[in-house]
Amino acid sequence: MIEFSVSGKCMTVFLSGEIDHHSAAGIRKRIDEETDRLLPQLLVLDFGNVSFMDSSGVGLVMGRYRNVSAHGGRLEAVNLSPWCYKIMKMSGLDKIAKIQMTGVQR
Amino acid sequence: MKALNKFTMTMDSRSANEGFARLVASGFAAQLDPTVEELCDIKTAVSEAVTNCIVHAYPDGVGNIYISAGIFENGLVRIKIRDKGCGIADIKKAMEPLYSSLGGERAGLGFAVMESFCDKISVRSTQGKGTAVTLDKYIKGKEFGG
Repeated sequence: MIEFSVSGKCMTVFLSGEIDHHSAAGIRKRIDEETDRLLPQLLVLDFGNVSFMDSSGVGLVMGRYRNVSAHGGRLEAVNLSPWCYKIMKMSGLDKIAKIQMTGVQR
Repeated sequence: MKALNKFTMTMDSRSANEGFARLVASGFAAQLDPTVEELCDIKTAVSEAVTNCIVHAYPDGVGNIYISAGIFENGLVRIKIRDKGCGIADIKKAMEPLYSSLGGERAGLGFAVMESFCDKISVRSTQGKGTAVTLDKYIKGKEFGG
């Protein structure tokens, strides 16, 4: 459902399945636990295996943005399907964080 | 206007039912041979409406969510999601994008998403009595090259 990969000060979270109000609570808790423990400078949320998302997914990203910003880190949401991207754009999140349909080459 | 086909169901306002409600609504619309995108529109809009019932209408417990849907002429699917919860004091404000009375983890996009992904939505609410959201979606389907 959710996997973590840490490389230096970058933490990547691989999300999968359906993100709605029901599933978002558990996902949020796990990401925040790891964020608070590792204090990453860059938090990457990878939506590559997300099959469905409603506005709860936007809330999830907004909340994690706030959390990681609180200790000076940045957030990126990558590999969004055109569908998820459309919902994400409605929030204006793309103006404050990197929101993209492709992955990141590192 | 008489429905060509219809269903009604009642379910608990438990968050585990959000996925179930999406599946039922999209499954019902599937008989019109919609595109994947149209099905996703319906799933997303229904998910938003049902989530509103769970987090706003019945904030302190579990109540009933009433879902009914009909298929009408010209590929219209009309889905009604109703609750007997607390109602909305100011519908105009509730429908403003990025407004959420709960703040924090809610993006405040529920109604904006419903409006964006449906052809028409209407909201009726009485404080203390409940809220009814009606979603209209015209399925053009695969035969129109969608």
